[in-house]
Amino acid sequence: MEFEAVIGLEVHAQLLTETKIFCSCKNEFGAPPNTNVCPVCLGMPGSLPVLNKKAVEYAVKAALALNCKINRYSVFARKHYFYPDLPKAYQITQYELPFAENGWIEIEKPDGTKKKIRIKRIHMEEDAGKTIHGEGLDPNSYVDLNRAGTPLIEIVSEPDISTPEEARLYMQKLRDILVWIGVNDGNLEEGSLRCDANVSIRPKGSDKLGTRTEIKNVNSFRFIQKALEYEIERQIKVVRSGGEVVQETRLFDSQRGITKTMRTKEEAEDYRYFPEPDLPPLIIDDEWLESIKASLPELPDQVKERFIRDYGITSYDADILVRDRALARFFEEAAKNYSGEAKKVANIIISDLLGALNEEKLEISESPVEPLHVAQLLELVDKEVISLRVAKEEIIPEMVKSGKEPRAIVEEKGLVQISDESALKEIIKKVLENNEKAVKQYREGNDKQKQKAVKFLIGQVMKETRGKANPKLLNQLIPQVLEEV
Amino acid sequence: MELLNKSLRELNELIKRKEVKPTEILEELLNRIKETEPKLNAYITVTEEKARKKAEIADKELEKLGEDEIPELFGIPLSIKDNINVENVRMTCASKILENFISPYDATVIKKLRERGAIFVGKNNLDEFAMGSSTETSYFGPTKNPWDLERVPGGSSGGSAAAVSARSAIASLGSDTGGSIRQPAALCGVVGLKPTYGRVSRYGLTAFASSLDQIGPITKTVEDAAYLLNIISGQDSKDATSVRIPVPDFLENLNNEIKGLKAGLPKEYFVEGIEPEVKEKVLEAVKKLESLGVEIEEISLPNTKYAVETYYIIAPAEASSNLGRFDGVRYTYRAKDYKNLIDMYCKTRAEGFGDEVKRRIMIGTYTLSAGYYDAYYLKAQKVRTLIYQGFQNAFEKVDFIVTPVSPTTAFRIGEKTDDPIKMYLSDIFTIAVNLAGLPAISIPCGFDNKNLPVGLQIIGKAFDEVTILNVANVIEKELNLNTIPPV
Repeated sequence: MEFEAVIGLEVHAQLLTETKIFCSCKNEFGAPPNTNVCPVCLGMPGSLPVLNKKAVEYAVKAALALNCKINRYSVFARKHYFYPDLPKAYQITQYELPFAENGWIEIEKPDGTKKKIRIKRIHMEEDAGKTIHGEGLDPNSYVDLNRAGTPLIEIVSEPDISTPEEARLYMQKLRDILVWIGVNDGNLEEGSLRCDANVSIRPKGSDKLGTRTEIKNVNSFRFIQKALEYEIERQIKVVRSGGEVVQETRLFDSQRGITKTMRTKEEAEDYRYFPEPDLPPLIIDDEWLESIKASLPELPDQVKERFIRDYGITSYDADILVRDRALARFFEEAAKNYSGEAKKVANIIISDLLGALNEEKLEISESPVEPLHVAQLLELVDKEVISLRVAKEEIIPEMVKSGKEPRAIVEEKGLVQISDESALKEIIKKVLENNEKAVKQYREGNDKQKQKAVKFLIGQVMKETRGKANPKLLNQLIPQVLEEV
Repeated sequence: MELLNKSLRELNELIKRKEVKPTEILEELLNRIKETEPKLNAYITVTEEKARKKAEIADKELEKLGEDEIPELFGIPLSIKDNINVENVRMTCASKILENFISPYDATVIKKLRERGAIFVGKNNLDEFAMGSSTETSYFGPTKNPWDLERVPGGSSGGSAAAVSARSAIASLGSDTGGSIRQPAALCGVVGLKPTYGRVSRYGLTAFASSLDQIGPITKTVEDAAYLLNIISGQDSKDATSVRIPVPDFLENLNNEIKGLKAGLPKEYFVEGIEPEVKEKVLEAVKKLESLGVEIEEISLPNTKYAVETYYIIAPAEASSNLGRFDGVRYTYRAKDYKNLIDMYCKTRAEGFGDEVKRRIMIGTYTLSAGYYDAYYLKAQKVRTLIYQGFQNAFEKVDFIVTPVSPTTAFRIGEKTDDPIKMYLSDIFTIAVNLAGLPAISIPCGFDNKNLPVGLQIIGKAFDEVTILNVANVIEKELNLNTIPPV
């Protein structure tokens, strides 16, 4: 019998607000332990939470970007459990009435097929602190409450995901969207996005759901796929050997690449949810919702479609350009300033500029090169002032280093294309003298061999001129000189 | 003693005229505390040295200040129930688990009082975490009633009420979740006001039941209550449940004409378990109102008979949640020997909490459990809505409601400690008010044959403290009782 997997993901995303969700402590990663704390996030007796408006706006922004319906009336609740990094012994979250429901995102698989993954709900909540266990001989555990009270949204998908690869693509897409709209920094290593996966198996084609397990804390794209691959395989083995999958929570051991039982259903905690009496219901009125909607940028999928439609670039290039909002902006700005075909702009950005920036360890958002300069550079190529090769190999790296305009670099370095026929002829003659073999091949060979010889000789002239020779003219002049000599 | 009998307004005037210095008031008060504490045990902590330093500074400042620059509470020492945070002062909540806890911050009410010049002299005894009606569950021992040292002062703000009554406090702040200000005020013969839920910030009040708790004044007179309410009221950006609504001048409206007002007398409040003398004194006060031109109308609040049961679902549920933070990890008492984390939690909480607190944590944990939530908590919230609507209906016909505060006068220490239900019923007349979020005041209206004070409760419409303070002030003047206890 063949099996298929049914997967649903719960993704926790930290919101990039300046301050925490229920107090005015700074929300930042990496501060010395227990420095961004106050009576509220320490759970001191008598302290009370006050909801951060910005956190609501970021959460609603995310929900809108994920095509959710915004509930105008939602309620905070307390979720109870005891742990040293949970100062109040309850987490303020949303339970019965979350602020957003019924959304979806679309993933695109490597073969180009697309699939919609539905989102069941999104709710707002506070993050807990961190418990750090002593290393080596240190028997103590330490609690750092800087993270306690960091605003989170939990995005719960429907069980629409069928393969570990889809799960990874879904998570990547979520990350891209949240980073794009500026509510999350996308940093999985720092815990900005964390994922729990629910997975079950069933005979292929069946519409019944099997018993699921939950895998906790799979915190990299690679691990999501690996953990699920392992877990699906494990469940299939259990069923094939006549056993039954037990409902339980499992932990992914990334070093060994396996999942292990953490707690079974019987040991599951009763969180004793009830509405948070310290916070009134959250009401999002028309005016507020409209202003949040207005602040939402065009989303990657929309931008991609528009790039293909309006700028005639390939789907492949568009995908790369919308991976980063700053990059998409850069492209569009350059394309607008360029009189030629926009796909040349896409091409030079993707295949040359990004590499040159990478060499200098710069992000596109930190690029010393302005979009206008890229357009100017391509104009110089079109006007045959320089060759494309010079543009790519000589000028772009210099633009990245110095931030200077392309024309200034061309002049400084004397990189103007040589289009003077007599000058080129002199150079060609010199090259022919040094390449008798190729000359011979041209003279004695058939058409195909002739072409090959010309191509080789063009390369040699380019080498001689450091790429400055006008390639169009060379195509014409080399056979001419060969015939003359 | 002379200064300690004065009202807040009188003290303020004496200070303004520089006839009395803050240190003089403080020393007289400290002497009185030293004299009465061995009998009463109304204080858990007296911050004698701190207060003295502040008073000395105030003395010096006073020399430089003009009459108009002196705020309402300048140099006046106040005491505070020991579940409200005062920065750098121990706050125990009368529990072993917070025996050594020093507050890291001021509650909003404390900040406001401080801004008006108040000095804090100490923290008053209470039932552990404000759970009780007799101040007997305090880890620091019971407070005694100044009218009869064999009897309880009521609770949970028993320390505040006993101290104000015995003049070992000039005025105090208490907290009221089901009657914890009004019932001890009644049993000690002083004035206790529970403001409308949302009128006064709860920020800095150790939460017992968050949807019911409210801070309020416990004072010698109605005027003093209005005096303090003026200062502590108002929306607070640190308490999302405090309400943005204008704060009227409660002092200015104390002597308004009450003729023509309508008073409701709920028939359900004068039947079950009420002592005949309590009923008699309350009805005498009602007669007085009538003679002053108030129209008396019998009303019905049928759902209030469910108030105690409803309260004992909601309050313990919230308490079980609010008290989770006292876990031995950060600032509380921690058990000495434990095997692991869970063992540390269990032992710390088993050793740190008293029986009544544990009882309520268990009730609340149970009613919030999966499978019971709908049957208990959710149902109780629905009844709560009905109780609220019952009051709303009544207030369509009347301007305020008059009831007894407690079915009995002060009972003997130990009399009800073994019978929680009997203890819970001593709040039968006060609890519905918290469930409905309404303001209510308790004032003395006479004495029984054992010379124990009887309290009268006046319940107002939401945010209409003006009317109940006005009516209370007029009756207080009319009755003109001697409320100085024998102690």
